[in-house]
This record gives sequence, structure tokens and C-alpha cells, in this order.
Amino acid sequence: MAISFLLDGARIDLDAIDPTGSVLDFLRTHLGRTGTKEGCAEGDCGACTVLVGTLVGEAVQWRALNSCIQFLPMLHGKALLTVESLSREGGPNALQACMAGNGSSQCGFCTPGFVMSLYGRAIGARGSELPLGDVLAGNLCRCTGYGPILDAGRAVPSLPRDDAAVAEALAEIEAAPASGEWEGRRWFAPRRADELARLLADYPDATLVAGATDVGLWVTKGLKRIETVIFIGDIAELGEIEEREDALVLGANVRHAEAHDVLARLHPDLGELWRRFAALQVRNAGTIGGNIANGSPIGDGPPALIALGAELVLRSIEGRRTLPLEDYFVDYGQQDRRPGEFVESVRVPRPAKQAVIHVAKLSRRFDSDISAVCGAFMLHVEDGVIVFARAAFGGMAGTPRRAPACEAALTGQRFTMATMDAAARALHADFTPLDDVRGSAAYRLEAAGNLLRRMWLREQGTAISVQDLEALDG
Amino acid sequence: MADRDPGTLVRAKPSPPHESAHLHVTGAARYADDLAEPADMLHLAFGQSREAHARIAGMDLAAVRGAPGVVAVYTAADIPGANDVAPVAHDDPLLAEDVVTSHGQPLFLVAATSREAARRAARLGKVDYAPLPPLVTAAQARAAQSLIEPTQRMARGDAKAALASAPHRLAGAFAMGGQDHFYLEGQVALATPGEDGQVHLVSSTQHPSEVQHLVAHMLGLSSADVTVEVRRMGGAFGGKETQAALFAAAAALVAAKTGRPAKFRCDRDDDMVMTGKRHPFEVAYEVGFDDEGHLLALSLFLSSPCGASVDLSPAINDRAMFHADNCYFLPHVEIVSERLKTNTVSATAFRGFGGPQGMLAIERVLDDVAAFLGRDPLDLRMANLYGPGREETPYGMVVRDNIAPEMIARLRQTSHYDARARAIAAFNAGSPVIKRGLALTPVKFGISFTTTHLNQAGALIHVYADGSIQVNHGGTEMGQGVYVKVAQVVADVFGVPLASIRCTATRTDKVPNTSATAASSGADLNGMAAFEAAMTIRSRLVQFLARTYGCTEAEVVFVPEGVRAGAAHLTFAEVARRAHIGRVSLSSTGFYATPDIAYDRAAHKGRPFYYFAYGAAACEVAVDTLTGEHKVLAVDILHDVGASLNPAIDKGQIEGGFLQGQGWLTSEELVWDEAGRLLTHSPATYKIPTASDRAKRFTIELWDGRNVEPTINRSKAVGEPPFMLAIAVFSALNRAIAASCPETRRLPPLDAPATPEAVLKAIAGHRRNEEQA
Repeated sequence: MAISFLLDGARIDLDAIDPTGSVLDFLRTHLGRTGTKEGCAEGDCGACTVLVGTLVGEAVQWRALNSCIQFLPMLHGKALLTVESLSREGGPNALQACMAGNGSSQCGFCTPGFVMSLYGRAIGARGSELPLGDVLAGNLCRCTGYGPILDAGRAVPSLPRDDAAVAEALAEIEAAPASGEWEGRRWFAPRRADELARLLADYPDATLVAGATDVGLWVTKGLKRIETVIFIGDIAELGEIEEREDALVLGANVRHAEAHDVLARLHPDLGELWRRFAALQVRNAGTIGGNIANGSPIGDGPPALIALGAELVLRSIEGRRTLPLEDYFVDYGQQDRRPGEFVESVRVPRPAKQAVIHVAKLSRRFDSDISAVCGAFMLHVEDGVIVFARAAFGGMAGTPRRAPACEAALTGQRFTMATMDAAARALHADFTPLDDVRGSAAYRLEAAGNLLRRMWLREQGTAISVQDLEALDG
Repeated sequence: MADRDPGTLVRAKPSPPHESAHLHVTGAARYADDLAEPADMLHLAFGQSREAHARIAGMDLAAVRGAPGVVAVYTAADIPGANDVAPVAHDDPLLAEDVVTSHGQPLFLVAATSREAARRAARLGKVDYAPLPPLVTAAQARAAQSLIEPTQRMARGDAKAALASAPHRLAGAFAMGGQDHFYLEGQVALATPGEDGQVHLVSSTQHPSEVQHLVAHMLGLSSADVTVEVRRMGGAFGGKETQAALFAAAAALVAAKTGRPAKFRCDRDDDMVMTGKRHPFEVAYEVGFDDEGHLLALSLFLSSPCGASVDLSPAINDRAMFHADNCYFLPHVEIVSERLKTNTVSATAFRGFGGPQGMLAIERVLDDVAAFLGRDPLDLRMANLYGPGREETPYGMVVRDNIAPEMIARLRQTSHYDARARAIAAFNAGSPVIKRGLALTPVKFGISFTTTHLNQAGALIHVYADGSIQVNHGGTEMGQGVYVKVAQVVADVFGVPLASIRCTATRTDKVPNTSATAASSGADLNGMAAFEAAMTIRSRLVQFLARTYGCTEAEVVFVPEGVRAGAAHLTFAEVARRAHIGRVSLSSTGFYATPDIAYDRAAHKGRPFYYFAYGAAACEVAVDTLTGEHKVLAVDILHDVGASLNPAIDKGQIEGGFLQGQGWLTSEELVWDEAGRLLTHSPATYKIPTASDRAKRFTIELWDGRNVEPTINRSKAVGEPPFMLAIAVFSALNRAIAASCPETRRLPPLDAPATPEAVLKAIAGHRRNEEQA
């Protein structure tokens, strides 16, 4: 048996599977479950949203995921619910009835995805405590303007669900490592980090897949044929969060959804960054380690972590090594990851109490967008003087990077607008950004400098964000 | 017998939900890709051009043909009939012949046993391009005088002389971007070969008749040999009016050549690259006005890159000219409209069809004049509205139904516009970084296809002997609710519950020669055609019942309780059964052609529209002047749908249209590189609004009025007009940006879409305005 999972609580065992076949295609083509739709095949529209459950203790933890970029082996040992499941569980539930009656659907194509996101919220799936708009940020609707859908979510905030049988059945699926072959391509799903280290020693060219939010697109868009895949997302020991007194240690497999919660406690700006990092379906799949390891020039996570002085732990069969996170990013498309190594964890020092922290992401759209610029700053200010400064940016160079000239212009200077102006000017020495689809070089430099000014203004108590404003009454 | 006036049809204002709502929420609604696939079905993909403009020196497709799973590969030479999928001008080949004119254009067609195999193989073609210089931007096309048709001019009076004599003159220019439809269901078609050369197509199209005709010509068949069916689309917005034909024709070609069913479901990124979008526009103007801000003269230049082929661009650009007045009387006016031919994918229909671009132009002009005079833009707008003695449009149509002044006045009051404007001024004075802006803008949108002959529709109704009813008409369902509205009309004719009506898929073998479901006309035209069909059957039943029960025809009434014929009371099912036994025909077609419209395109004069639909929106925004980030905080809408057929459906159209318009003007940016490649070809880079972009405060009120024209139920069309309500967002953003230098009596140089980058640029430009002043 290659993999086993539950669909509507019933066990499905699959022998030979395409390791980079998507859950969505499997549902639509093999099971005839066409309620789950393909809108984009890149995890941005949410029309393919399904719920995937794992056993946490004795309870089932559900997550909304984009089935278009979930590979089949990632279902191993999990429970799956699709929009059809709800009909099999006793017909349209109160949420569906509400949506059918209140104009939540027009063309209806995105609707099953919204149903699943809202149903997940109603049964306490990961992220259900978030504001409604945030739960739905990964579901695009082009017809309704969202009003009725939001109303339905508010009207049906919770629904009963008895997962006892699912939990029991999940417990019976042995959480054993899985592997297989398909048309000459190999895949492995180890359950322990030492197994992973051994596999990587044997297959140093293997592609590591945790949440598949990036590699998924290599397949759906790039049509890439991956010869060897190692699925690492279910290695539990890499998914741990350690909240030490001096630092937060995030295992590589920590999902952004979980990282969001602990980082928000570290500083509200980090919470906001991780909220806007991606939509919930992507935060539920993507991992801290994957976000670092793939070496995106934007990253969103790395600039903030670099500003906080994070360190990266890389591991291989030969042992571990630790390096400052910024040193991992060598150049565009090039990282300091040696053959056989994998990202094990990232250590984020707790900022000093008096630290001034400002993290901001600029993008065309607030939710579920990629930064034009992401800026992150940490200052220590004593008696009005900046005694310590770290500044890091994404979107300004081929990699997420510190800004040494900017840091120098800050350090030792008084914490004033004039200093911010000087530090903003220094960015011209640090960066020669590109004009690209997300913004021009001129905008990037100007806005990046303004983020420094914004930090200072906020410290003076000036309102600097449009996001939480209410309309004025006349 | 009941009143035959369709204007008194719907008794109350019920709002039954969308007829498929229960299927949408359970995932049981079947779209084209959800139908069970025949066993031997082939999957298709295009080999696409990597150049925006090139001569094809050669194509080596051996690797494509040899790829795993490939069953057939076709080029233009394999097309038996016309290599044409264009709606009007015969200039959109299904597969390129000698020259490619836009990046991504289909070169060859691959049929394979799986979708993945087809897509994979399609990338293996070796194409030898002899590159030609691409015209990517408007400026490049203008320099080369590359046009899809001659520049058009619409004028009244003497704009030049009036400008010269006006007390004040302003000149300005700005640009607005295009827009991808981003229908959630991508382009898809499934073709099944039938006997004797016939082809059946399931196509996600707004225009089944056009697909039918194009496929017939392409295969050398008659229209009678091709049947096109569409039950529903997963969104369209104009993007499946002409653009669906490409995929349907490809599927039909493979089905005809191989004898196997063939499906083309296009990948999202390929779809965004290959299919047309809203036209971007450049606008330049010179406006003359008096001290009070009355517009005396306007010279307006509209220029739009139409892409590589004609498509519907002439009519779309005409509609931009038709809406360059919006609600305002322009005594001396000249509108010049340039239609450029560029090496980008052909621009096409999109909700509003040029209207939004024309309307944004005039609203910008008014904002400019208001800024110059230091007046509240709303006062200035109200001073320039159509009114008694000032009711003729630049194209010579008299505005008979002008409710804009009343609507604006009402919304000004209900939205507390003046008090909020004062509160915002006070807020801005004390807020160095965040600036707010408020704007109230109106909409007047002309309803009818401006190509007069398209304003016709047919319907087919069957009453079965058990009293159940099937309704069919030429309108296609893309989410807008035309099926339920038409079903309501028919249910009311027979006095039966809506549940008695089964809406059936739109098919060219049921109602022929239909127009596209477009121009917001779906319910107007098809509702009336269905009304006529239903009334024909009802008349037969009335005659039969009067005969049978010995009463007068006036004594036969259809009510929710059943049918009364003199003293007799029958259920509708009993009536149907008896009529069948009595050998009465229970099936009828119905037909409708919009009366009273005529337009002389050569002169740009006439009455292109049956009536106007109106609306107004007040909108508050906040702008972060350090980053250009902004947020829409409040939207209050008052919109005119006449006497609504279905207020809930109409409100859904209003809200959805508004947010789509907001996206067009804020976050949705199309970026092409110098080589003519679209860089924003996926939702990762092309950002439509999400749930959180909807203003937290969002109110919609329907104007309580009836259409002055005898439309179905005296209702008005609703699909497109609300889109333009979002111009209030753009205007409010200008106000907020202007507040960064409040003393400057100039309009910030803001282009659409107002991305954070565009806003920050406008703030800097506005600061320069001040320095120059």
C-alpha cells in the first residue's frame, strides 16, 4: 500500500500513485467529485478548497487547503472532506442553506470553495478565530462583491460536528513512512528527521516538498517532471515550536498558520506580516522552512526574521551547522545549502523590551499578495540615541538582505525624522532595485525610505495605517 | 383576460434566489468541465507564439507529434473551412497562418489522451520566427498610425470657438488601464461528433449562436449541422462574448477530424495571455467653463489600444464616446476617438463595454474644474446635469428619463455627504500621514446594443400535460440571474409557483439566431420574448377554457390558487391536462425586438438607446501618503433598476459590479513588457479585490421608480451600470491625495489603476503642482 487516507470517514488505500498528481485532479477525475473546482491551479483563488484533517491528540484538527497544489502523497494518514461530503453528512447544512438563500452565489463557480472555508471556520478548523475577511482572503469571488458571503459567515459562525469516528479511523491508519515509484520517478514520505537525513544522503538531488505551495506550481504551471520527491511535511519533530526565554525556535515544518500565532505574540507587526503573508489555505500548507529554503527574493518571512537577528540551523547526515539567516541567501537563486542538507529550524531571538520594531509590507492588495517592498527594522534607542540598528528588506535585491549603509546611518544617531531621512537616503547605497511586475525601482526606493519615516512617526503616536480605519460620521 | 401590458406583470417584488443557488452551495451545479467525460475523449492545448509580432518562417512539430499521448496535431492548413473565429471583421484566425500578431497567439493545436500530455507536447514545437517590430504601447501605434478603423468624431456646436471664448480653460491628460475578466471558470468547450458530420458543442459562451456560426464556417458545415449548448458559465463579464469561440472552434476541429469527443479546458495563465481584456484608454481634454463651473465647451480625445484585431472594438469605443457626457449637458462638444492597432491580445467586451472609460474621462474633467475653482466637486457636478432645455446628448438623443438630479440630491442627503465632507476636512487638517477623501459620482448608462439589429430575442416555452413548464430562451446564464428572472415572468403569466418552471440550457437548436447575452440586455430582451411566448399559450388556454366552460374570455383568470373559468376552479395541472386532451397546442415561441431605436453611425447621431439606467455612489477612502496604500472605507449606493423583477438579484449585481469597478480602478494592473509579453498572467500577479477590500460600510438602496419605457415589468437592465459607480472611489482617492497639499488648486496627476505606486507618484506630482503654483 502506498498511501491511505479517509474520505468522508471511509478509508481509501491507493497502491500506485503519481507523486505529483494533485488532490484536485484525483477528486475530479478519479472520484467524479466535480464540486471542487479548478480556478487557477496555483493556490490563489480558493475554488478548490477542501478540508484536510489530522489527528492531534484525540481530536481531529481540520485545515482548509488548496487541493490544486496538494500532491496526493501528502494525504497519507489524513482525513479529507469535500463539498460533496456535506451532502453525504445529511444534506445542505445551515451554512449552505443560508448561502443559497441570501445571494451568496451568482455564477456559483467559486461557491464550493467558500462553503468549505466557511464550514471549516464553523467547525473550528485552523484559523477559525481569525476575522472573517481573513478566513476568506484565499477565496476569490468575481461576482458578488462578497457582502452576502460575509453575511452568511456571520450568521452561521459555528456548526456541530462529531469527529469521533473519524478520529478513531485516523488512529487506525498507521502513520508509517510511505514511499513509491511511478513511471521511473521515486518518492518518499519519511516520518523522522534522521530518515530524511539518510534519504538526502542517498538522493542529494531530491526535491523536498513540505507544503507544496511553491513546488506545486512547478508542476501545474511549469509541467516539471520531478525525478525524486521527498515529502517532509509530516515529520513531526520538524514541526515543533519551542518558546524559550531568550528565543523562539521554529522547526522547519511549522506552518505559517501556527507561526502567525507565536510571532504575533512576539510583536504585533509580525502577526500582521504573517497574516498578510498569504491566505489561510496557503498559511495552512506552507512552512517556515520552505519559505526560507526556496530563496525567494521577496520572501516576506526572511526580511523580518533577519531584522530580528534570526539564525538558521541546517542539518545533514553529518550533523548540524548554524548560520545567520542573512548569510543563507547568497545570491539570486543561490543559497548556502550544501548537498544533503535540509533546513531544520530557525531560531528567532526575543527582541529586547525597549526595542523599536517596525515591519511593513507594501503590495497592490493587502491580502494574499506578494510584496513590492517588505521592510523590517529593529532599533535600540537609549536616551534618544539609536544605539543599535538592524534593517532588512525584501524586494529590493536578488535576495532578502540587510541594508548596511542604512544601518550605519541610523546607528549612533538621534532618533529623529532627520535621521530617518538620512537613513532613507543611505538606501540608495544599499540597493539598486529592479523595475518589475510588482513595482518600479523608483517606487521601491522611495517607499522603502518612507517605511523608516513611518517607523519614527508611529513612535510619536501618529496614525500611520489605513487598514483599521472606520468611516467618519457626518 | 388579464392585462397584456408586461409592465404590470409582477405583482409584488419577490426575490426568489438564483435558480441554481441550491446547486452552487452543494457543488452539484455542473459546469462544462464537470460533465462526465466520454471514454475516448481527447484533451487539447495550443502551441502558442513566443513573439508578439513575427513572420513564421517555419514550424517543426515532429517532437510534438512524437510526444507521449499525442493523437493529432493540427495547423492552419488542416482547417477545412474558414480559419476565422472573429465576431465581425474576419481577422482572428483560429490558428496563425503566416504572421503572428500577439504574444501567446495559437499556432498549432495538440490533441492528446490527457490534458497534461497535450499541454506538455504543446511546448515542444520548434518555431522559426522572423521577428517584426512589435507595437506594444499606444504611443508606438500612434507613431506608426496603426489603426483598426478610422478615427471617429462625435460633435455638437463649435467646441473650438466656445473654448476660445470661455472665461476659463483647462487642459489635462490621464491614462487608465485595462482589466482582465478573471471569470473563475476559465475558457472551456467540449465538442462531440454526431452522425453525418454534425457537431454538438458544450461551450462556456455568452454567444452560442456566434460559436455555432463560426464553427459551421470553420468546418464547412451549415449552421443546421452545429448545435451549441450552454447551461451555465462560471462567470463571463464580457470575456466569453467573443473569446469563447477560439476554444470551441478548436474542440470542434478535433472532433470533426478525429471523430472523437474533444475538450479544451484552458489553463488559467494561458487564458489570461490568450484572451482579450478591457481596453486601456488614454484621455486628453481641453475644457472651457465659467466662474460658476458651468461647462461651456469640451474637446475630448479618447485613444485606446485595441490589440491585434478588430473584435468588438469599434462598438466598444463608440460606447466610450456615448458615455463621455455621463449625466452632464455639454453645450459645445467634440469627442475624437482613436482606435489603435497594437501587437497585444485583442481587447474585447468587458462589463460596461467602453462606457466606464468614457465616463471616467468626463468625471475626471469635472474634478479638474472643481479643483481649479476650489469648489466641492459635487456642487459642480450638480450644476452641469441634464435638465429642462439642456436635454440633448452629444449624439442627438433626448434624455427623456432624467432622474439623475433627484437621485443625486437624495443620496447627498442620505449619505450625509456635506457633514462628512466637513468632518473629513477637519480630520485631514490634523492628520499628517493619513488623508481621507469623499466623492459622490453619478451614472447614466445607455441600454441597448448600439448595433441596432442585435436588439432582438427569442424564447420557447413548453407546457407539459402535467402542468409543469419548460422555459428556454436565447439568454445565457453567467451568474447574473437571467434564468430566474425570466422564469418569474413566465410563472406570473400562468399564475403558477416558480417551482413549476424548469429552466433549460440555452441551445441553438431551441432558439436560433440569438444575440450575445451582453449589453445588460439579457432580462430585458429574453424576459419580453418569454412573456410573448407564455402569453401566446395562455391565450390559447383562455379561449379553450371559455369555450369549454361557457364563460367569456374575460372570466378566465390565472391566479396563484389556480385557474378560474367562470364558476369553475381548476388547478393549472388540470387545465394543462384538459387542454392537451382538447388538442390545444401547449408550446410556443416568443419574439421581441426593441422598438424606437435607430442610429446613424456615419454621422454619430440618433437614438442608440431605448432608455437610460441611473445610479449614484458616495464613497469615502483613506490614503497613506507615505506608501500610497489606501482603503475604501464606506460606500453608499442609490441605484435605479426601474421596477425590479428581483430586488435581491439586482442588489447582487450592484454590489458585485461596484467591487469589480473598484478593482479596475485600484488593484488590477496589467503589465506588458517591451516585447509585448503580458507579465500579469496569473492571480499571483494580477490582483482582483478580496473580501477585505469591500468597504466595511456598504449600503445599497434601490431607487423607487418605474422605467418610462414599457419594458418587462417596467424594470431596467442592471448588469453593467453599477460597475461605473466605482468611479466614486477614484474621485475620492483624488480628493484624499489633494489633501496632502490642500492649497493647491490643481488635480493630482493620478492614473488608473490607483495602485499604491500610482498614488505615491500622484502625491509627488501634486507636491510639484504646489511648488509650481
